Amino acid sequence: MRIAAGVLGAAALLLPVLSPDPSFLNIGVFTLMYVGLATAWNISGGYTGYVSLGHAGFFGLGAYTLGLMLGHLRVPGGYAPFLVVPVVGLVTAALALPVGWIALRTRAATFVIVTIAFMFMLQILATNLRPVTGGSQGLGFPVPQGWSPAFVDVPFYYAMLALALLALAISWALRRSQIGLGLLAIRDDEDRALAHGVPTWALKIGAFAVSAGLVGMIGGVYGYYVTYVYPQFVIDPLIGISMVLMAFLGGAGTIAGPVLGALLLEPAQLELAYFAGSARLYLVLYAAVFLAVMLLLPRGIIPSLAARIESWQAAARRA
Amino acid sequence: MSGLVVGAAMLGVLTGGVYALMASGLTLIFGVMRIINVGHGALVVLGAYLSFALLRGLHIDPFLGLAVTMPAMFAIGLVLELLFIRPLRTDREALSVLVTYALALGIEGVLGYLFSSDFQQLRVWYQTASFAVGGFGVAYVYVFGFLLSIAVLAALGALLYATTFGASIRATMLNRSAAQLIGIDVERVSAITFGIGMATAAVGGVVFGITNAFNPGSHYDLISRLLTIIVLGGLGSLKGAIVAAVLMLVIEDVTAVVVSPTWAAFTFFALLVLILITRPQGLYGLRAREGT
Repeated sequence: MRIAAGVLGAAALLLPVLSPDPSFLNIGVFTLMYVGLATAWNISGGYTGYVSLGHAGFFGLGAYTLGLMLGHLRVPGGYAPFLVVPVVGLVTAALALPVGWIALRTRAATFVIVTIAFMFMLQILATNLRPVTGGSQGLGFPVPQGWSPAFVDVPFYYAMLALALLALAISWALRRSQIGLGLLAIRDDEDRALAHGVPTWALKIGAFAVSAGLVGMIGGVYGYYVTYVYPQFVIDPLIGISMVLMAFLGGAGTIAGPVLGALLLEPAQLELAYFAGSARLYLVLYAAVFLAVMLLLPRGIIPSLAARIESWQAAARRA
Repeated sequence: MSGLVVGAAMLGVLTGGVYALMASGLTLIFGVMRIINVGHGALVVLGAYLSFALLRGLHIDPFLGLAVTMPAMFAIGLVLELLFIRPLRTDREALSVLVTYALALGIEGVLGYLFSSDFQQLRVWYQTASFAVGGFGVAYVYVFGFLLSIAVLAALGALLYATTFGASIRATMLNRSAAQLIGIDVERVSAITFGIGMATAAVGGVVFGITNAFNPGSHYDLISRLLTIIVLGGLGSLKGAIVAAVLMLVIEDVTAVVVSPTWAAFTFFALLVLILITRPQGLYGLRAREGT
């Protein structure tokens, strides 16, 4: 496990040096983006079992926050915008607190729906508050001067890598701490956890805000990368569902699961989109993959594999 | 102005009736099967396309065509339930959201393939012919849709409360394992409930297809409204779904007249949030602490 993580990490760090092909790096940027998103989603959705389908709202919130801050503070394109990204994380996390305060009073299916409702509210706000957000005309980001087309992906690649590693570090630290145990207890039986003295309310709101803050930062970098964001395309339900699907594919609630899910699905998704050519065929194929994953591996790859290995070992011991 | 408000409120009640029917199907499916069918909006759009095909190909009136599309949608529902919902065993509530979401995407893709992503509309005489209420034109289609929805809702009510099969549906909603213990075939009840939900989507699809230009991607808007309605009403509550549907559509249509159409949908969601602050279980929801 540790060796695999080391090899993967080294490969991720060296990729731009080994293969400076921009189209390849572009896939790398989006893959790392989803590694970060799925890992961040997992901190709240995977550990506590509160499945949010509205995280695309925080993604968009982060993108708009960064775009608006850069515009109002007149930050020029280049490396400076990356320095504003942590502020975006704090702002998104702070805005996620009231959302979580309302949404986390509900549970299970109701919670899922409330998060969807919040996402659509944010989308409508982004469209309607035209003087602030530019409405459906979209919001532009400063364009970096002097970055050649061959180089422009490299800073974004490392920015996404840094955010993915940050999300992983937080996820790992939480999972191994008392807080992580509390979060998992919420998933297993919230009422019993509360009765045993776990501060469930503080823990689940905290996890929700941390998760939203990370997603917001990634959304900010995404906005800067694509240079222009529109309400329907940055607060896109498909972005929200993709991170959830990746976490479930690898194994929701595990540390490595979301990473594995994103590494498998995002390049496949991009390849599929390229291969399918048309958006309709892409949707059909995407749905087919999606259904196959859910029906064949409902618990995710890592938990299913772990169970398989355990039963082999037990069989070997018996033999 | 006041005439406009009255007219808008009336339109809200009429469209609310149709949404009440679509939401009833959705909340019934939740009540019986404990799954959230995110594909419901896509199935309404599928219903609209079935009517569209009948109208364009065979010149069959969409309302009369329901004699064909409702059984067809019922059958599609049975197949979808068998293939995609029944195999879900563990963590049903969460997984069902993802699976039905995938179904919605698949249906969107297939419809796009068959009909392209151009906007279509069911064109019939009662779509434009209207009568005036306080200076507010109300097209006949809203009245027809409302009456039909009430009739189907009444039939649904009769099925639920006056037949033995209805009793087994209600028993399954109350307690699945207890229902199983007294000999109710809950799998069969689930499949048929899913089919009934699809049949309501067929009716919704006709009215939606006449009153809106639609394309395969129209389901996002629909499903977000329907889900909001059933949560507002309280998941699994038929009465809640009906009250919430009418309430929301009236508020939305009045907002569209008084403030602006761009804020209408926002009011819809904001109302949900306001009510959830005081009643996390929705208007008529019962189990506040049991995971629903």
